[in-house]
Amino acid sequence: MREQRTFDKIIEVKNVTKTFGETTVIDDINLSIRRGQFVTLLGPSGCGKTTLLRMIAGFTTPTDGTIFIEGQNVTDMPPYKRPVNTVFQKYALFPHLNVFKNVAFGLKLKRIEDDKVNARGEKQKTMRKFTKEEIAEKVNRALKLVGLEDYGHRDVNSLSGGQQQRVAIARALVCEPKVLLLDEPLGALDLKMRKEMQIELMKMHRELGITFIYVTHDQEEALTMSDVVVVLNDGVIQQIGTPKQVYDEPANAFVADFIGESNVISGTMLKDFDVSFLGAEFVCEDKGFAKNEKVDLVIRPEDIKLLPETAAEGQLLGTVISTVFKGTWYEMEIMANDYEFTVQSTVEAKPGQNVKMLIEPDGIHIMKKLRTVNEFEGEIDGENSVYICGGSFEVDTNLEKGTAVKVLVPFDGVELTDDEDDGVIGANVTHVLYKGSYYQVQIYTDTDEDFYIDTTDEWDIGDRVGVIIDKSKVTLEVIEEESEKDDKE
Amino acid sequence: MNKNKVALIFKWAFLIVILALIYMPIILIIVYSFSSSRNIGGQEGFGEFTFSLFGRLFENEGLMQATANTLIIGLVSALLATIIGTLTSVGLYYMRKGKKTFNFVSQITVVNAEIVTAVGFFLLSIFLRDVLQLPVQKGLGWLIIAHTVITTPYVILTVSPRLNQLNPNLYEAGLDLGAGPMRSLVTVVIPQLIGGMVSGFALAFTLSLDDFVVTNLNKGTYGVNTISTFVYANLKRELAPEIRALSTILFVVVLVILIIFNILKRNKEKKAAKQSAANGSVK
Repeated sequence: MREQRTFDKIIEVKNVTKTFGETTVIDDINLSIRRGQFVTLLGPSGCGKTTLLRMIAGFTTPTDGTIFIEGQNVTDMPPYKRPVNTVFQKYALFPHLNVFKNVAFGLKLKRIEDDKVNARGEKQKTMRKFTKEEIAEKVNRALKLVGLEDYGHRDVNSLSGGQQQRVAIARALVCEPKVLLLDEPLGALDLKMRKEMQIELMKMHRELGITFIYVTHDQEEALTMSDVVVVLNDGVIQQIGTPKQVYDEPANAFVADFIGESNVISGTMLKDFDVSFLGAEFVCEDKGFAKNEKVDLVIRPEDIKLLPETAAEGQLLGTVISTVFKGTWYEMEIMANDYEFTVQSTVEAKPGQNVKMLIEPDGIHIMKKLRTVNEFEGEIDGENSVYICGGSFEVDTNLEKGTAVKVLVPFDGVELTDDEDDGVIGANVTHVLYKGSYYQVQIYTDTDEDFYIDTTDEWDIGDRVGVIIDKSKVTLEVIEEESEKDDKE
Repeated sequence: MNKNKVALIFKWAFLIVILALIYMPIILIIVYSFSSSRNIGGQEGFGEFTFSLFGRLFENEGLMQATANTLIIGLVSALLATIIGTLTSVGLYYMRKGKKTFNFVSQITVVNAEIVTAVGFFLLSIFLRDVLQLPVQKGLGWLIIAHTVITTPYVILTVSPRLNQLNPNLYEAGLDLGAGPMRSLVTVVIPQLIGGMVSGFALAFTLSLDDFVVTNLNKGTYGVNTISTFVYANLKRELAPEIRALSTILFVVVLVILIIFNILKRNKEKKAAKQSAANGSVK
């Protein structure tokens, strides 16, 4: 019992960073996974989730940091020595072997401990291979587990996608790994088959009791299957929690937006349990923020109650823009104080109708703002000009050339241009978050610094843009050598 | 109606004429391999129908020796080229940086004029022998090396497409299930490449078989002859009639191999179709 507790954390990822050339795919990640859990790594494509899984499997080594499996440092251990097995996205079955031989592949290579009695009658510990009978028994058991008992002799190419994935799962499970790694295993299957396999995988996890690490970009799949969800974005863990936690209490605007449908709004915390947004005051269940701290808040579409226009209750008055029937509920877009809410309700409101919206305290979840202002360190490089992010931006200042400054640019103080050449510097759009009445756009400059921009223009991820800063909105702070700050506008 | 018929006849006639033109030289040589006439177009005409040329073929020691050399060089160099080419393809496939460049570099010799390669090998043998004082000598061994070098890019050319069709995780799946890098390569990756390797081997063998330019310049002074150089050397006097019989044999052997290949392929396709049909009914 005691010993088990020490190894309670079956996998530990410590300060792991992975860079490919110039790009950082995984940025200083820490993660522990408890024995027997079903853990999902969830995030949009390119967030680093597959890279993290591949480092646990041993196919790639971290640029920095260490990975432990059962307390043993495996950072540089090759995959064929690790007690983990992988189910690949595109199955990766061996086409030249039949189903039975595919599943038996790993077993044939395995060595197990064996007690042998030597010539003098002493017991000796030796290693031996599995016998043919043992292999056949294990393979058949594994095939039975995935529901393919009579398929042993079949050519893997003659199987359907779902059957192939079952073989891949059997092939990994038969090796009795400590951890089963699954890299978007259901991604290539159609919806119906995917739902079936989700249920079967959960069942297998319960029955076998081994740890599953499951990579997916499908938030619904993650919420359905996992004990713990790890939400990743840009190589950084955004939140670790149970499906309920990440849904009900998202750690930040990204998680709120990525998981489930949500209304993400900027607000101000007036005091504990009291938040103001869209010109109205609301009671909430959150506390511990500074007075008048800017916050993001999320309201789930099902947490907004619609009342008649004339109702005394309700904090916001809105106009219905559109209504779509979704089978068991109506999904409506409702405009209130310049914010477009998504509302789900079993009661239908017709487009053009005015409604009162009631949001109960437990329907509002307050999150720390990720960032409230863009902050860069730079240098005055000429008269009324400051050098940051690889470009000289115009500012109003009487500071001398060469002065080191901290440059503060509010989100609405940046303008993006279609043509890169129209901007002072060029950048790529990496993230766009719709905030109801405007978009919060994140861009990366060529010097690998990022800007947040609030804009009403719609930009697409991957767009190449030019960046202009509104000089009237920029704040400069001189960086004193004694690191004292001096406000000068 | 009539017009259509005329068009149809014309189409067939055209096809037959074209095929006849293509096969004319081969047909001619096959027909004359059964002729007793010493020269084609000589005074005796076709002479008598006889198998005697085939009998004499085996008595012509020079020709038998040349045939043996051709087969040895062809088989050994094709085998070496297949091994080297396959390993190179695998290496290129898993290369991260400079993949394109090396792929390109490996294929230049394919389009290069053969005479350049031939002279190159000729000079290289002299360079190795006289400048570097290595015990290099033109002859059978040198020809095997030269043919291996010439044909390896063709093996890369036939094996690489198979690799590109491969599931990128296949090798990793091998590692994941406990096989080391070498074992994964041999038991997982190589079996997927067998088709490409066989085509590569066949291609390399045929290329070696009818290579003349490189062989002639690198066979050395005291005659290691292959069929092509032997024929050429003989041609200066007259074409030995046995050559006609040999050509017929070569043609027929290649034809038979081709037919066997096709039958095997068809059987395999049929089997696969049958199996997927069976699968459909089970599901």
